[in-house]
Amino acid sequence: MSVPATAEGLPAVPERVRGGYARTWARRLGRIRESTPALIGVSIIAFWVAAAALAPAIAPYPPNANDVAALAHPTPSGAHWLGTDHLGRDLLSRILWGARTVLTVAPLAVLGAAILGSLLGLTAGYYRGAIDLVIVRACDIVLSFPVIILYMIILAHFGSSALNIIGVLTLTKAPIIARIVRGLTIELREREYVAAAKMRGESPLYIMLVEILPNARGPLIVDMCLRTGYNVVIIGALGFLGIGLPPPDPDWGGMVKDTYGMMSVWPHMAVFPCAAISSLVIGFNLLAVGLREIGLRD
Amino acid sequence: MTDTPILALENARISYFGRAGEVNVVPGLTFRVAPGEAMGLVGESGCGKSTVALAIVRYLGRAGRIVGGRIVFEGHDVATMTVSELRAMRGRRVAMVYQDPMASLNPVMTVGRQLMEVPMLHEGLGERAARARALEMLAEVRLQDGESVLGRYPHQLSGGQQQRIVIAMALIAEPALLIMDEPTTGLDVTVEAAVLELVRELRQRHRTAVLFISHNLGTVVRVCDRIGVMYAGELVEEGSIPQVFKNPRHPYTRGLLDCLPSLDRDKRQAPLVPIPGQVAPPLARPVGCGFAARCAHVEPGRCTSQAIPVLPLAGEAGHRVQCVRAAELPRWEHARSAAGAAEERPSGEVTLRIDGLEKLYRQRRGLFGSGGAPVRALNGIDLIATKGETLAIVGESGCGKSTLAKVLAGLETASSGHVELAGIEVASTRVESRPLALKRTIQMVFQNPDSTLNPSHSVGYAIGRALRRLRRLSGSEEASEVTRLLDIVKLPPELAGRKPDRLSGGQKQRVAIARALAGNPDVIVADEPVSALDVSVQASIINLLNEIQAERDATLIFISHDLSVVRYLADHVAVMYLGAVVEFGRAADVFAPPFHPYTEALLSAVPVPDPDAQGTRIVLEGPLPSATEIPRGCPFSGRCPRRVGVICDETPPPTLQLASGHRIVCHIPAEELTRLQSAGIRGDGSPTGS
Repeated sequence: MSVPATAEGLPAVPERVRGGYARTWARRLGRIRESTPALIGVSIIAFWVAAAALAPAIAPYPPNANDVAALAHPTPSGAHWLGTDHLGRDLLSRILWGARTVLTVAPLAVLGAAILGSLLGLTAGYYRGAIDLVIVRACDIVLSFPVIILYMIILAHFGSSALNIIGVLTLTKAPIIARIVRGLTIELREREYVAAAKMRGESPLYIMLVEILPNARGPLIVDMCLRTGYNVVIIGALGFLGIGLPPPDPDWGGMVKDTYGMMSVWPHMAVFPCAAISSLVIGFNLLAVGLREIGLRD
Repeated sequence: MTDTPILALENARISYFGRAGEVNVVPGLTFRVAPGEAMGLVGESGCGKSTVALAIVRYLGRAGRIVGGRIVFEGHDVATMTVSELRAMRGRRVAMVYQDPMASLNPVMTVGRQLMEVPMLHEGLGERAARARALEMLAEVRLQDGESVLGRYPHQLSGGQQQRIVIAMALIAEPALLIMDEPTTGLDVTVEAAVLELVRELRQRHRTAVLFISHNLGTVVRVCDRIGVMYAGELVEEGSIPQVFKNPRHPYTRGLLDCLPSLDRDKRQAPLVPIPGQVAPPLARPVGCGFAARCAHVEPGRCTSQAIPVLPLAGEAGHRVQCVRAAELPRWEHARSAAGAAEERPSGEVTLRIDGLEKLYRQRRGLFGSGGAPVRALNGIDLIATKGETLAIVGESGCGKSTLAKVLAGLETASSGHVELAGIEVASTRVESRPLALKRTIQMVFQNPDSTLNPSHSVGYAIGRALRRLRRLSGSEEASEVTRLLDIVKLPPELAGRKPDRLSGGQKQRVAIARALAGNPDVIVADEPVSALDVSVQASIINLLNEIQAERDATLIFISHDLSVVRYLADHVAVMYLGAVVEFGRAADVFAPPFHPYTEALLSAVPVPDPDAQGTRIVLEGPLPSATEIPRGCPFSGRCPRRVGVICDETPPPTLQLASGHRIVCHIPAEELTRLQSAGIRGDGSPTGS
């Protein structure tokens, strides 16, 4: 026999299981190709991720460098492919650098919201009763606030920084994720495999995290994609309101805010950052649509 | 055959088109249905029955197509009909009844509206005339108080009533053909019996042809004149009911009949013979006979080299079979062995004692409300189970049998009463607070193969985790024990790496059994473990449970609604009705008179796949009463066909103690019950017509 080392013909369980996981994930990634929307979405997101990652290498100018000479003619030209803004800063470079912040803050905020929301949702859905009531009402209270005003209050109070924006987005998006996870948990906790887990004496935490959560991941991942897109919009809106990432770091929303007054003369200054925001949001939405489609198929 | 058939399939070929290209589900099907005739189509899941039903009305969706042959309905080829012709045919000439009545009824429209819509749309009747027709139809489907039913919404009716409404809707346009796809599968056995009786009667009165699709051979016998047996998209045998059931020629038909448990055999007599292997997927259709790989009579070369023709059998008009060896095989005999010879095991020590067990569910109304009558799910249960025996608990849905299982397992706690498990009182101890040894003592096998295993976990993990928790095993010890357990349930060790989505229903249920065995339990509670499986798979799981139980000398609490399975497997039987045990005793005693009238009705309702055993039925009137308002007297009095009088409604019946622990809760004395019931009972215990 050419198979080495496994004594007594005992199956080498750990290796096989690990190989199984790798294969499962490869299969799952491969399935994105099955859906056209998902493929387009992934392409758009991949484009922006590459842009963000390579910004220091491929951006033609430093993001905050002023080209006084270009101020006379800020429109797109050979030297500045997308033109410059009202301070003579290269728009292409600023958009590329801006992708870095958006693509860090939006996914991190979603991840935070997913973790917090899942824990809340699992707890509420699994225990029901008074715990459920408290969590659901708390979520309702957060959700009933007009969010933009909430952001303004919190960020005005704590100051605007990337970390604070992540925190605020986590807090305001967690209730939505919690609701979804709670709904799924209420359904999944009645499954027979949960009863089987109880009968072998598993702890509630194990049941929630190992038995229930993995089976809620389909809708959860779809929703996280959507939420990431919405976060991109919100980060843009915060920038536009002047409570986004502090200047002078480039921020797509902030770029629109600085230049929208000049819309009638030099529309490109605001239109290009807007296009960047829209394309990224569309990318995440298409991915979400595609993932749902693939998920529904099996 | 002078009649022109109302429906004729001529070598019809049906395929689905998906990502993998063409999947040919039905390779070429030929059969006819004459006007007024009832034809049954049987076969296991995945054999193409429903595809055929949908193809007849060209309702296959975007992915399915009739790619060859013809499906001719009343002289027109369905494949070439225009959309408006199709619409006219579907509403007026062909009607369909599906398995789930709730899915066929519009939940936001009253039943009356939906019934009246049909004649108003198709015949242009006015509202008043349509209403009169609807009322007439309701009377025909035996729904009392038609006026009030017309004004109700579907959710206000019981499952049986809903299915009657769907049948009324199907028949109100006087269709020439009625297609019924598993119409009674979701219904309780007593309700099923009533619906089948109704179908039989209506089709005679209306001269409607029926295409009756079912996986249950017994229901087909009740309703149909002819039967077609399908396997892997092909009609392997076709003939009249007596031809096929008395002298089945195809090995698959014989296999189906052999693997069915019936009311006249138990585990000590003839064992069930499951059909080995499983259906090949349509993409891997073998050359020659599709059944060859599972057939005991296969002759390599002859059976597997060329397409098998469907040939008529000499001397039997209309009996056709797709088997080259049909003429050579010996005549089939029903595996019915001499009754009685059963040797009883001496009763062992008591492992489970249930005493006056009650479970009340309080209904909460609103946020702070505490009102509402409690639901009495269990109402004073006394039972005893001994080591090494199978105690079966039977009853219709809602009788409390699953609640009882949950209380035993510690997933629910009792409201009052005692449950003594291995000498320890557990009635009010949830499983979380039971010590490890007690958790190990009792394990459960669940009903639904699709939800019994966590789809995110591999088989190896599922069983291994149980070993780690219950027996504190780990590492290589755990791995070898997983392999051993898989071997016990007759699964190959490679399966340990698979996720449940790559297992068949039977394999999932085997894994679930292996998981339950991980802790070496003394008591195994199996809650309807085979009711979601195909008959051939069901037989092998039943055999497996029986084997494991005998080998380990464990107590098996087997919960089921299927009396044939119970008859086969059980040593003791408890019949439950509305949370109470109405009859308890050794299986041989419970399945012979005197019966409790409810047991008698249940037995008479079982669809038996034997054309000779079709006699008069006891049809229970009315639905199961709600468990919130349990009658003062006998719980069964409202539906009892042997009701004596007011005493039944007013006074709780006494428990009649009969020989060897057999007890019946009824006002009628045992001798009287025996006298009444023996009139229509055959010697071997199964009820039959006079």
